[in-house]
Amino acid sequence: MAEKYDLQEREVWDGNFAASQALRQAQVDVVAAYPITPSTPIVENYGSYVANGYIDGEFVMVESEHAAMSGCVGASAAGGRVATATSSQGFALMTEVLYQASGMRLPIVLAVVNRSLASPLNVRGDHSDMYLGRDSGWIQLDCFNAQEAYDLTLCTFKIGENHDVRLPVMVHQDGFITSHTAQNVYPLRDEVAYGFVGEFKPVDDMLDFSRPVTYGAQTEEDWHFEHKARQHKALMDSRSIIDDVFVQFKEISGREYKRVESYMMEDAEVAIVALGTTVETCIIAARELRKEEGVKAGVVAPRCFRPFPFDKIRDALGNVKAIACLDRSSPGGAMGALFNEVSAAIYTTDARPLVTNFIYGLGGRDFSIAEAKRIFKEQKAHVDAGKITTDIQQFSGLRGPHLGFFQTKRS
Amino acid sequence: MVEIRWHSRAGQGAVTGAKSLGDVVSTTGKEVQAFALYGSAKRGAALRAYNRIDDEPILNHAKFMNPDFVLVIDPALAFSDNITEHEDSDTHYIITTHLSKEELIAGIPALQGREDRVFTVDCVQISLDTIGRSIPNAPMLGAFVKISGMFELDYFLENMRRVLSKFPQKIIDGNMAAITRAYEEVK
Repeated sequence: MAEKYDLQEREVWDGNFAASQALRQAQVDVVAAYPITPSTPIVENYGSYVANGYIDGEFVMVESEHAAMSGCVGASAAGGRVATATSSQGFALMTEVLYQASGMRLPIVLAVVNRSLASPLNVRGDHSDMYLGRDSGWIQLDCFNAQEAYDLTLCTFKIGENHDVRLPVMVHQDGFITSHTAQNVYPLRDEVAYGFVGEFKPVDDMLDFSRPVTYGAQTEEDWHFEHKARQHKALMDSRSIIDDVFVQFKEISGREYKRVESYMMEDAEVAIVALGTTVETCIIAARELRKEEGVKAGVVAPRCFRPFPFDKIRDALGNVKAIACLDRSSPGGAMGALFNEVSAAIYTTDARPLVTNFIYGLGGRDFSIAEAKRIFKEQKAHVDAGKITTDIQQFSGLRGPHLGFFQTKRS
Repeated sequence: MVEIRWHSRAGQGAVTGAKSLGDVVSTTGKEVQAFALYGSAKRGAALRAYNRIDDEPILNHAKFMNPDFVLVIDPALAFSDNITEHEDSDTHYIITTHLSKEELIAGIPALQGREDRVFTVDCVQISLDTIGRSIPNAPMLGAFVKISGMFELDYFLENMRRVLSKFPQKIIDGNMAAITRAYEEVK
């Protein structure tokens, strides 16, 4: 029987501590981990909860992130509730096994504390690793602060382990900006949290010797395509289950989550679409601009990055005239991913807003309220001119001369 | 919104100080934020830690701030770091030093004209005397309590005892003495 952990109704936790408390409350059976900055404290804390008797689980030390995720695959296939954490280079090294985990339909939870990818080496936050996971077949939820890192980590288990989903889930938070920033966090009591997450009910667990199963089989052109199609359908169909889990979470916590979060969008004329902590910074900018200059600014944020909320993005952005999509990952010779995906969603509606792309915050470069306001005002200028008046892709907060690409062909 | 910037060296406890302050402030029902600018910082490297305190949930994640209070817990950083960066006309400074306030300001041109907003306290000496090591964060909290007027000293001490409850009694007592002495000595 696990020891009782002393929790206050109101704690001051950083995002890492919040996530690790969710792992404790979900009573994760196995964490196989190779710690890396800035996600280290998540698995370190889990290890200390095991060592101090707060949880009846197992911490498996491994020799790399590749081995960490491989250990998670094994433990999950065996029938355990499994989680780990990583960032950046560790995430990159895990990538091969990420695809194995989703292909085997194993509901592993991966807490990703977003950090840039080398080279140059950098420990701070951007969304390079989150974007690297885009096509890996995992569900990806995104947190904007430490409270959400706690709440959504609890939700991941309930989503991924649902027998109609059976997919691994990543829960993302911004490196340092969330992971190392302490703030008020209001945790649930242990029994409420565990009651919500529920007991893990494995499917086809390998330790069920009465019913032997195979994991990781080979399929060539005969069946591979059908497997991947089913996997994609499971991801697409997980949307309604994610919605359900968020409703159930609100019932126990009073805190409401949606696959796409919208702020001040009821009458918005211009909008920023962003991920992570930037969302909250943009909310302040929109509030202030509305008060100071009467600019009808709003913010839209995909809470669920995968499956991409094509449906909800259209609902959220159907009535705005100009949209700035903010990507915190080096786009590597293309437009940013949010720009591409948001534009594609809107293109299937009657609306034809002016959409531009900002690359910002790479390697932890600060994103200020003032810059968010500037971007909103630029969108307003596009609306007033009736066309995009700047380069379509621009770099925000970059030192040195302006960097931008492509101009509009709409007059 | 109250915004606080700590100037420190890695190892002096500014991050712990900022988090402890946040912890205590949260017990008054306020929303808090505590973070630091570091990463692969080595012991002794200059770093900055930050607090925000507000009645509403704090959404601002920018590092940029116009601080209401600047807390300098390393004596040399007052001279070598840009401690007045992004100040406003009411920024208050609490600086660890063995110098008198006049001597300190004479040595730091950026502080001139701010005499009524600069306060000094020797956090290094106080921590050596009370805790036995140079851990100037705890005394700085005492000085902050006095200058900010945010809490009664007794309320702060009582809550710091809870924050430190996992430490041995000797360390708790040392910290209580450090906070109290800095509260009394800051000027």
